[in-house]
Amino acid sequence: MGLFAVFGAALSGLKSMTVGLKVTGTNFFKPQETVHYPRQEVDTLSTFRGHIELVCTDENKLAPRCVGCGLCAELCPSNCIRVDTREPSPAACDTARHPVPTPLIAVPKFRTTPPDLAPVAREVTGYHLTYHTCSLCGLCVQNCPAGAIRFSSNVYFAGMSRGAFEIDLIARLRVQADKRGREQ
Amino acid sequence: MTLESIPDELIRLAVALVALMAFIAANGIMLLYVERKVAGHVQRRPGPFEVGPHGLFQALADAGKLVGKQLSTPAGADPLLFWIAPLMAFMPVPLMFIAVPFGQNLWGLETNLGIVLILSFAGFNVLALCLAGWASNNKWSLLGAARAVAQAVAYEIPLLLSVLAVALMTGSLDLRVIVAHQGGWPWQWNVAVQPLAFFIYFVCSVAETNRAPFDLPEAESELTAGVHTEYSGMGNGIIFLAEYANMLVVSCVATVLFLGGFNGPILPGPWWFLAKMYLLVTLIIFMRWTYPRVRFDQLLNLSWRWLTPLALANLLLTAFFAKLWGGA
Repeated sequence: MGLFAVFGAALSGLKSMTVGLKVTGTNFFKPQETVHYPRQEVDTLSTFRGHIELVCTDENKLAPRCVGCGLCAELCPSNCIRVDTREPSPAACDTARHPVPTPLIAVPKFRTTPPDLAPVAREVTGYHLTYHTCSLCGLCVQNCPAGAIRFSSNVYFAGMSRGAFEIDLIARLRVQADKRGREQ
Repeated sequence: MTLESIPDELIRLAVALVALMAFIAANGIMLLYVERKVAGHVQRRPGPFEVGPHGLFQALADAGKLVGKQLSTPAGADPLLFWIAPLMAFMPVPLMFIAVPFGQNLWGLETNLGIVLILSFAGFNVLALCLAGWASNNKWSLLGAARAVAQAVAYEIPLLLSVLAVALMTGSLDLRVIVAHQGGWPWQWNVAVQPLAFFIYFVCSVAETNRAPFDLPEAESELTAGVHTEYSGMGNGIIFLAEYANMLVVSCVATVLFLGGFNGPILPGPWWFLAKMYLLVTLIIFMRWTYPRVRFDQLLNLSWRWLTPLALANLLLTAFFAKLWGGA
């Protein structure tokens, strides 16, 4: 490298240092990106993956869309979902079949789509989530044939014992419906 | 013994030392706050916010915490050297300030060797870091000390050469004469005549005070905290205070040598002096949050292959023109 090239490289290096100072200088005067948590809270929770929760049907805010097939519990790699069901009465069988709604999160193309019609709905008596083993992989949300599961936006979820993370989702659905009803 | 029998110079010196100690301590606390606020805002976050309005008392709370902590000496350390080192890092700092002219007639000691006094006492810092690293009986500390010494030796030479260029131009080592030699406006400052010397001085002073991007003796990602790994409580606090005070010293000297000292229009001198000094300090703080730490070979290459030859060439040119125009 000739002398001029060496000095040229040094000068361009110096120039890049002033560019660096300009970057930090302009960022210094820009508004902050963080919030003061206890006093302020963020409002961009749409993409947040909290623990899963049940989605209610359009007609009844108290009833989950869940058809009790147990696919979520079977797929769950952490084995943290338990669905308690009862066989439906024969009369209910005809009315229980309805078109499959689209899943609530993006489903990869290679995944086979669920059947066109939902299986005959069983009566769901309990839906338990053991959240402390959940890895939030989202397989249950992706594969639910009834579109009955979604991620909650429960960011500020904390507890003092293991028991606090064993959630009865049906009870939670009722509490939410109750709260929404009172707000309206 | 009456009050009149005490020499005036002694009283002036005592008052100056007490005032400078207060100045250093107040600045240490304030600069800690400024540093953390700048770091926060550069990274688009608020920085300290909880203690006092806008976190104003955070640094005070930190200082209180440091004072309250237990001082522990690591096993196998040399206790005498280990505890002398922080004191040795801090004690020369007020002495460096006494020769600095903050304004017309506002200095602690009348000496015609101001620069020499400051530069010689500045050498204590590296000795203190060396002792601290050696006495800690810790590998990180020792590595930090080795780095501190190599770095200080490498950067002291171009620093002295660039200061010498100004001294040659002015024909004096007296800081007050150097200030008087400059005017109030930027084109009358030494930096207008000696931009290269100012640049070299500034880079070297950042390296001498072990500030980022030359903070290799500390290098928290490699050496935990380098020389102050083993220091707890106020041992650590004093070394930190000395670091901030050294940052102030180099900014003061740069202001005096290159930026016209306390000269300035309209406002009284000390305000101009403080404004220029804090401008340099802010620049040093900004640099810490802008540049990544250099590698050790890059650090030494920069000094020996760039700054030293450039400073020598600058000194030669200065000497030539000084002789030609009878500058000194």
